[in-house]
Amino acid sequence: MNAAAEPLFAATGLGKLFGGVVALDKLDLQVFPNQILGLIGPNGSGKTTFFNVATGIYPTSEGRVRFDGADITNFSPQAVYRSGISRTFQHSRLSLSLSIFDNIMIGNHMHLNQGLWFNLVTRKAFRRQFEENFEQARTLVKVFDPPLADLMFEAVEGFPMIDRRRIEICRALISRPKLLLLDEPSAGMTHEETSELMGDILEVKERLRDLTIIIIEHQMDVIERITDSCVVLNFGQKICEGTYQEVARDPQVQQAYLGIE
Amino acid sequence: MSARGRLAPLLPGIVVAVGVTTYVIVLLGVESQTGIAALLAAGAGAVLAAARFGVAARMGRAFGKRDNFLNLLVVLAIVVLTVFFYEDHFVLLMVATVIIYVIACLGLNLQFGYSGVLNFAGAAFFGVGCYTAAVLTKNTDVPHLVILVAGGLMAATVGSVLLLPVLRTRGHYSAVVTIAFGLLFKIFLEVNDTLGGPQGLRVDGMNVLGWEFNDNIEIGENFEASFYVNYVVVGLILLVLAFALVRRIERSWIGLNLDAVRLDETAASCFGINIMRWKITAFILGNFLIGLAGALYAMMLGFIAPTNFTFGDSLILVSIVLLGGIGNPWGLAVATTILIIVPEKLQAIQEYRFLLFAVMVILILLFRPEGLLPRPLRAYFPGWRPK
Repeated sequence: MNAAAEPLFAATGLGKLFGGVVALDKLDLQVFPNQILGLIGPNGSGKTTFFNVATGIYPTSEGRVRFDGADITNFSPQAVYRSGISRTFQHSRLSLSLSIFDNIMIGNHMHLNQGLWFNLVTRKAFRRQFEENFEQARTLVKVFDPPLADLMFEAVEGFPMIDRRRIEICRALISRPKLLLLDEPSAGMTHEETSELMGDILEVKERLRDLTIIIIEHQMDVIERITDSCVVLNFGQKICEGTYQEVARDPQVQQAYLGIE
Repeated sequence: MSARGRLAPLLPGIVVAVGVTTYVIVLLGVESQTGIAALLAAGAGAVLAAARFGVAARMGRAFGKRDNFLNLLVVLAIVVLTVFFYEDHFVLLMVATVIIYVIACLGLNLQFGYSGVLNFAGAAFFGVGCYTAAVLTKNTDVPHLVILVAGGLMAATVGSVLLLPVLRTRGHYSAVVTIAFGLLFKIFLEVNDTLGGPQGLRVDGMNVLGWEFNDNIEIGENFEASFYVNYVVVGLILLVLAFALVRRIERSWIGLNLDAVRLDETAASCFGINIMRWKITAFILGNFLIGLAGALYAMMLGFIAPTNFTFGDSLILVSIVLLGGIGNPWGLAVATTILIIVPEKLQAIQEYRFLLFAVMVILILLFRPEGLLPRPLRAYFPGWRPK
């Protein structure tokens, strides 16, 4: 890790209270450009809450969030997205009744012309934009699964979990974000599927070059394979950080997370 | 490919369109109640059989790729119908009413079918359009085509008053807000003497560039057509425009935004979609179409009263959208035709109309929640294939 580099994303003293429950407790977290940061911890330790606060779904109770040289604390979800942060959800939140293409285009909102006149009247220009975006989406889907790229106009509800995860990640990547937040991408998939998906993610990261990732994950082999560093949360607090090997050796982590006395 | 080669796959569709048009003409022409009942039963049977043997699905796909052709066929069918019944006031009034209701339901479809904003005050916004037409025709010299637009604008404006409470609440609660508005609107009309109170208002017939819509059309000595032909023609033109608008909205990024807002507000927000902006767009555009339809309706009927705009009427509009297939403009055209023509023709059920609608809606929700004609997936350009 280049210690001199500015972190791309930095939370300082980030806190979130739900009534009397402390979901995030003065969390300090940094991720450097082009790194993959693993966010681990037992259920209810505040990982997803952190994503929700970082993306503006929940307002922060205290602390600041900086991203790409700007303060984005308490930005609306829309503004967070425009600044270059994109995410997936723990429970897949695709629009099941829409096609794969439609779902991916929802993710590309900021690059699509939303004007009434453009959309309704100048259909030739609209068609050009539509075709360009179709090609982009298809190219991206191909990285994950070539056969899927031929089914772009099929409803998402007909596809198995692994394809839905792929589509969700494509939806998050199509707008070329600088930071991608992956919330348990392996949930509901077999071991082999997870391994395949992680390979795809690494390949995409390679291709897009300028992409930083924070990933929440329960499967330790995934964390070991793809992350550059890890942060361990417990009861909303950061209890440890470092590479996977360092973290796995930490007695506090073993106690909290792995259940070893 | 030759013109013949391209038309060949549509041939069965053309045959069906001719068949359906003939069926509707016969149905509208028959007077005997047993005859009508038999025809309706036969029609229902034919539709069920077509669905059972996959004919309907195949037709849907064939037209899906050439849907302008289907639009053209339907316009032609309405023209043929109008020519056939050119002197029959009753039938033409029914046809014009169906057209006007379809325009209003297209508006409701934008709100509730696409963006998910419930509106149980459809009849009230329709009424705003009606009363705008009544007041403007009586008291001003505004050209009548402008009055149609004014009816729409007025409904959209009145609707914006509701925006704040509707957008601040979700689901059932925003539905309750619109229900309250619908009830208030009717009471407001009843106590307002300027607007005729419970007796209502007379509305002048349409007059465009000196052409009196409420006079029968006479050509030469022997030919006289019902004045309702005028309203069918204007209604049809507005319907084509409204239909094109709704279709284009659906087949654009805007339609996608509306769907995203309806299906998952949180996910939509995380991808930069401004929930408020698109709900407002859908609500205002929808009310515009409803008000536009109302203004034409008032000028056609020549008389309006608060009892035309009850909560029950709003429910009929909503049930048309539910029955037809939420989000499918063709579905609601079919549903409107059934819901308006069947009780008019089959007098035995007229009194039980609401009961029957209620039963139909319940049955549909139980057994076919996506409606008679479920909405197909979005095709931005029908027939478009990736290279």
